[in-house]
Amino acid sequence: MTGKYKEVAYYPGCALEGSGHAYDRSTKAVGKALGLKLKEVEDWNCCGAMEVKNVDPKLQTYLSSRVMSIAANEMGCDTVMAPCNGCYHNLKKAEFDLKNDDESKEVVSRISEKAGHETYEAGQIETIHALDWIKEAIGEEGLRERVKNSLDGLKVANYYGCMYTRPRHIFPEKDQGPDSESTSKPHFMDDILEAAGADNVDYPLKTACCGGAHTLSDSDTSTKLVLNLLQAADACGADVIATECPTCHSGLEMHQIRAETEFGVKTDVKILYFTQLLGMALGLKPRKVGVHENVSDSMEMLKKKGIA
Amino acid sequence: MTTLADIEVRLNNFPKDALALEAVTELLTMSEVVLEHWIFAKGGTPTEKQREGFRLLALHRQGAKGEPSFNACRETCRELVYHYNLVKLDPDHVDIQRRLKMALMIAKHLHLFVTGKMADAGLGDFCCSSRPLHAQTG
Repeated sequence: MTGKYKEVAYYPGCALEGSGHAYDRSTKAVGKALGLKLKEVEDWNCCGAMEVKNVDPKLQTYLSSRVMSIAANEMGCDTVMAPCNGCYHNLKKAEFDLKNDDESKEVVSRISEKAGHETYEAGQIETIHALDWIKEAIGEEGLRERVKNSLDGLKVANYYGCMYTRPRHIFPEKDQGPDSESTSKPHFMDDILEAAGADNVDYPLKTACCGGAHTLSDSDTSTKLVLNLLQAADACGADVIATECPTCHSGLEMHQIRAETEFGVKTDVKILYFTQLLGMALGLKPRKVGVHENVSDSMEMLKKKGIA
Repeated sequence: MTTLADIEVRLNNFPKDALALEAVTELLTMSEVVLEHWIFAKGGTPTEKQREGFRLLALHRQGAKGEPSFNACRETCRELVYHYNLVKLDPDHVDIQRRLKMALMIAKHLHLFVTGKMADAGLGDFCCSSRPLHAQTG
């Protein structure tokens, strides 16, 4: 263990209380198993998601800044970890805007004063993703030492989605050499699951669009995009697509069903959060990491592979 | 210029017995046409220039100007170029069929992404690099 990120503020965000509950459960379970402490941000609010950002980006910056302000000023934390790609992206974007845009600073200061809390200032806290948290705090060697139930023989396509690396300018710590995360070919999830024994496949669509934005306005486009992701994973020989975003995860699961019912195309690949796979590798029972909460039923495959 | 609908039909019925280099070249060319459609729809004239030796990458760069969410297909374009290079450098590789299959799926993804964005352009962006509707309407 590196000592870094041993105790961080935890910002689950809205999805992890609902459709992504299995991600919340498995993240907490993995943290506990690894001896990493999560302190949930008190009275957290929505990060502004896509909806607020689209209508009023300054308001989104404020909403994200409030989460960081509570974590930094009221809880005294120097790091906030957001497992959801949308939350992670929005906190990073707010950090960037507050560092570089005077108008954002002015708006955030004004609303914070009205709301009665300290104004967040750029640089007060570091925002990280669940992947950074595990990779930096434990490292691959540390994980290998802790694996009790290797994922050996499990072929995994690691899917990062679009918001984990884009736009590049809000992630200044990425693309800083081989040990840092890459925005064009991310590898932190690959590294973590490989350390847990998994056999990662070379998946060319790991950051490709899942059509999440089209889900309500044009479901067929979303289904076709997801179907292509699933078929590509099948073609790579993957048993499972590992996810690290609740929106991607739900989209893959729901459109896998829709592809079968609407287009008559069945795909075999299963969908699990990387924290669920890692948790089982650490010796946790499938129920403990919320496998029963997934829509995609992977128990038979996991049993066949000797993981569950 | 081949229509997006015709490209979709071709991609969905792509011959499995095509010669490797011919096949991947056709996928690259079709993908360039897909991006040309996007640029024409935005009122531009598709560039004939290349970037890193590929017109596809130059077209993507042109298509993303003023439209940051279009960067969501940047890596898709780069993966197609990568697979083109893999096939071109070693068309007799033992893994050639899988490489071609991946190139086809990448090209399909690019087509789906672009046609989806064109269909929903009036609704604003909700994805990774979205710009607010306010900014678009002034």
